Amino acid sequence: MMKNKPDEEDYWNSSKFKAFTFDDEDDEFSRLKESKQAVNSIRSLVEEEDDEDEVEKVSWSGEPVGSISWSVRETAASNQKTQREHAFPKINASSPSVSRSHSGYSLSSLFKGESALSESSVKLYAPELRKPKSESKDYISDWSPEETIHRMQQGKVVSLERFRSLQDKLLLLDFSVRAHDGNIITAVLIHLKRTLSKEVLFRELESRQTALRHFIHYLTEIRDHRLLLELLSKRRDFLKSCLNLPFSPEESAHVQDHYTLLERQIIIEATDRLAEHAGKVEIFQKFPRRASILNMPLITTLYYCCFYHYNEPEGTYSSPLNIRHTFRISEKQYFVTVLAARAKLKAWSDLDALFTSRNWLGFTKKKSPLSFHRVVDILQKNSAPTQVLQEYVGLVDDADLRIGLAQKHKCHDIVINTYRDLKDRQLLLGYRGKVERGSAEERKINDLLDSPHIRWKN
Amino acid sequence: MAHSGRRDSPELPDFSLLKRLARDQLIYLLEQLPGKKDLFIEADLMSPLDRIANVSTLKQHEVDKLYKVEYKPIISTSDQVCFLIRPRIQTVKWICDVANADKAAGKFRRYKIIFTPQKFYACEAVLEEQGLFGDVTTDEWAFYLLPLDDDIISLELPEFFRDNFLAGDQRWVRTVGSALHLLHSIYGPFSKIYGIGRCAKMAYESWKEQVEEGDTKARQAEIGNAFLIDRDVDYITPLCSQVVYEGLVDDIFRIKCGCVEFGHDVTSSDKSVKVMLNSQDKVFSEIRNEHFSNVFSFLSQKARNLQTAYDKRRGMDIKQMKTFVSEELKGLKQEHRLLSLHIGACESIMKKKTKQDFQELLKTEHSLLEGFEIRECISFIEEHINRQVSMIESLRLLCLLSITENGLLPKDFRALKAQYLQSYGVDHLLTFANLRQLGLLVEQQPGETLTVMESKVGKLVNDKTAGKLTDAFSSLAKKSHFRALSRKLNLVPKSDEEYDLRVPRDMAYIFSGAYIPLSCKLIEQVLERDSWTGLEEVTKLLNGHEFAFTGSNGADLRAKSDAQRIILVMFLGGCTFSEISALRFLGRERGYKFIVVTTAITNSSRLIEALLGNKV
Repeated sequence: MMKNKPDEEDYWNSSKFKAFTFDDEDDEFSRLKESKQAVNSIRSLVEEEDDEDEVEKVSWSGEPVGSISWSVRETAASNQKTQREHAFPKINASSPSVSRSHSGYSLSSLFKGESALSESSVKLYAPELRKPKSESKDYISDWSPEETIHRMQQGKVVSLERFRSLQDKLLLLDFSVRAHDGNIITAVLIHLKRTLSKEVLFRELESRQTALRHFIHYLTEIRDHRLLLELLSKRRDFLKSCLNLPFSPEESAHVQDHYTLLERQIIIEATDRLAEHAGKVEIFQKFPRRASILNMPLITTLYYCCFYHYNEPEGTYSSPLNIRHTFRISEKQYFVTVLAARAKLKAWSDLDALFTSRNWLGFTKKKSPLSFHRVVDILQKNSAPTQVLQEYVGLVDDADLRIGLAQKHKCHDIVINTYRDLKDRQLLLGYRGKVERGSAEERKINDLLDSPHIRWKN
Repeated sequence: MAHSGRRDSPELPDFSLLKRLARDQLIYLLEQLPGKKDLFIEADLMSPLDRIANVSTLKQHEVDKLYKVEYKPIISTSDQVCFLIRPRIQTVKWICDVANADKAAGKFRRYKIIFTPQKFYACEAVLEEQGLFGDVTTDEWAFYLLPLDDDIISLELPEFFRDNFLAGDQRWVRTVGSALHLLHSIYGPFSKIYGIGRCAKMAYESWKEQVEEGDTKARQAEIGNAFLIDRDVDYITPLCSQVVYEGLVDDIFRIKCGCVEFGHDVTSSDKSVKVMLNSQDKVFSEIRNEHFSNVFSFLSQKARNLQTAYDKRRGMDIKQMKTFVSEELKGLKQEHRLLSLHIGACESIMKKKTKQDFQELLKTEHSLLEGFEIRECISFIEEHINRQVSMIESLRLLCLLSITENGLLPKDFRALKAQYLQSYGVDHLLTFANLRQLGLLVEQQPGETLTVMESKVGKLVNDKTAGKLTDAFSSLAKKSHFRALSRKLNLVPKSDEEYDLRVPRDMAYIFSGAYIPLSCKLIEQVLERDSWTGLEEVTKLLNGHEFAFTGSNGADLRAKSDAQRIILVMFLGGCTFSEISALRFLGRERGYKFIVVTTAITNSSRLIEALLGNKV
């Protein structure tokens, strides 16, 4: 502030040379209009207080709090007086700032009749700056909170410093929210953050959701995590009674699981890295680990363990079964992951064991929590040989789906057998054209077609 | 592909003016810093800048070197540095670091920040805090609108979606108002403005205020009506897989600022090519709005025609050959190049889509939209998650499930969420919190009586049946908003009728005849009625915030000019290419021309990515 003082002085002195202009009158006029608007809207504020939820009742009880200057901006703006260098060559440009950074000249004047750019693109400091200092100050202090917000929206210079009472500050905030202009809401909040203790500010924000969300977003952006945390925990306490939002016990269970997982990953990573370096374990030699398992999701960890530690007893930390139980992984999810990992290793016999279950009579049966056509899909993506695919395609219940898959993966036997079971001679004849000439499949089809035991339906 | 409109379509206004305006203003701003200077450009401004100016334009105005903003110490030796950035605190902080580092090293430079489309107080506050206000000067480049095509204008503000809908920050409301004001003052005045959504309403008010501040001159309107719509009015449409060519290309290759980069799998060479996708591309403009299943046959027909045209050479004499070479050959070659690119793109799309079981994915989406076989859909999604297939895709399906079913049953929700976190990482807890905040993925709050019933029944029958019963109970208790909307607006055509995708009968063709996009249907209905009257139940289901205002130019309205059939549709929070295709279709049917203005082009991946919480 102090540093800028001489400039400011210079500036205002020189400004006095400027005579009355029509712009001034314009400004008077627009001020009149603005105050009229202000009066009107204050009335509406009084009348329809519970109209919208973001315009909360202003609490009049707060005590005035000391303020620091926010209008350094404004005085600093006078540094840019050099914009007028050409008009007032005598002024010594004490600051090295770039010339004519702000100018009343607008591009839109090139396009007559397009008022779009003129106000919003160029900040018009001119009307204020032209006024003599004392008079101008009077004017500034005359602006109501609403007028101030309105001027801010137009990018004009304002002084927020003089709004010192809590009541005025909150009026500023409420009018900014009314204007639906996030830029201005944040600007007012920055001022409030500087001039109010956080206890008072937080208290007032509790009842102003829109402003609160802007404040949280602003703190996130400036990475003021300390204040953010304070605010959020305060807010949580406040919300706890009515909501149990992001702090439900269910979520803390997830976080607890994550912690357990991390602990485990650290152990597995350390052991496996040693084993890999030692070069004694075959699987690490054959399939070197591509990345550390640390910080990977649970299922990736499970996949990893199915890949490198599949046959370990359940007691070890890295055993897939142990992981399954510790983290309550669903049967389906477990199956899918084992399937993917063992298929990748082409350990088909493991899969066989995985799907085989024995019923009470001792018969074995293939069962899967995952539909078999999906199993086929996973196997095929891991380039399983036809015999393996054939086995699982045969287990698909739905006949159409089974034939479709069998044709896609060239499991001829299944196609042929299905057509035989359907007693569909025509389809079988058609399929003969698709198998290789002189192959075993062709012979099989011919045998079937010649067979006297089948009663074809067509 | 030849669609015959009901009436001759009106001519679109010339939006290249917007580009000229922006370019001239940029030049003006650059000249405010006379002498040689280096220019640092924010990464996401590079493509938009490319569309309106080129390096030689910048060089002519004494820009020496161009750099990308990379948040690293700068190496420029110039004594004047200019930064062209979006108004973001992080970027301004970086510039402060640069300036303060120079100060500490005793180096003197001039710094200028050009914010586009506007500056924010919070950014200037950073300059002030860092003791640089005044040393670093600032300016605004009011580059609000970038025409991407004859009928698409983008604000290129993808962050609008997250800032406005997730963070609840209204910083862009006035920006949108200003953009509308710009369009209004050049191409207006509008006869009527309709809208729906909270943000749309605020943007409308901001615009109105700006109109009142400025002086309006009577002029010949080039745009009739305007329609503003918030993205959160319709989340279903952007969450669906796109199957119209342009949307599909965007889903797979990501169109950026009207330009796509085709990799070597498309070009079948080791080079990748950047292609502008707009109405200038004669091949593309004919297939962009087509359902993908028609594109192949169209392209092969086109290829045959091309072959015939080439074949004409045979048996030509020298003179004929000369005319052929000078007049036709260039065009044919150009067409050849485009054809082979799009055929390559189609092949690549087919390959990718077959690999990911696109057919089954679409079946699931359609079942969700129809409310049919929900259990099967859930297990499809579950398997998707179990197999750690794309994390974005899984979330997209979960969101579709949640919105169409009005939330997930608590036990489904918990199971799917747990599995999701197990498959993709627990840091997605934040993602789930974000999705819940937007209402995209929520848990149903069951009625008490229902729970009692359910648990009683649950004890009697096995799990799967219990699940089905629960579904039945809850659908009795609470009808999904989407289902109600869908019934009221006929969004899901009857599935027993064949739908000929080559001869679309309604906007549903953009989703293979399975669903008419809600957003576009609303626009159609309001334009048809010329008001919201009769749609009260619909707007109630959409949480209201609808409005309709008649513009000031009552006189113009009577003069049924062509402009009255030009409708500006503004999407706040992004729109998809599928929606644009649907509106083009609607325009052809009704003799309108739509101009789509959007804060950014979006699709399901962009939408979900904007809400991920795992990268914080």
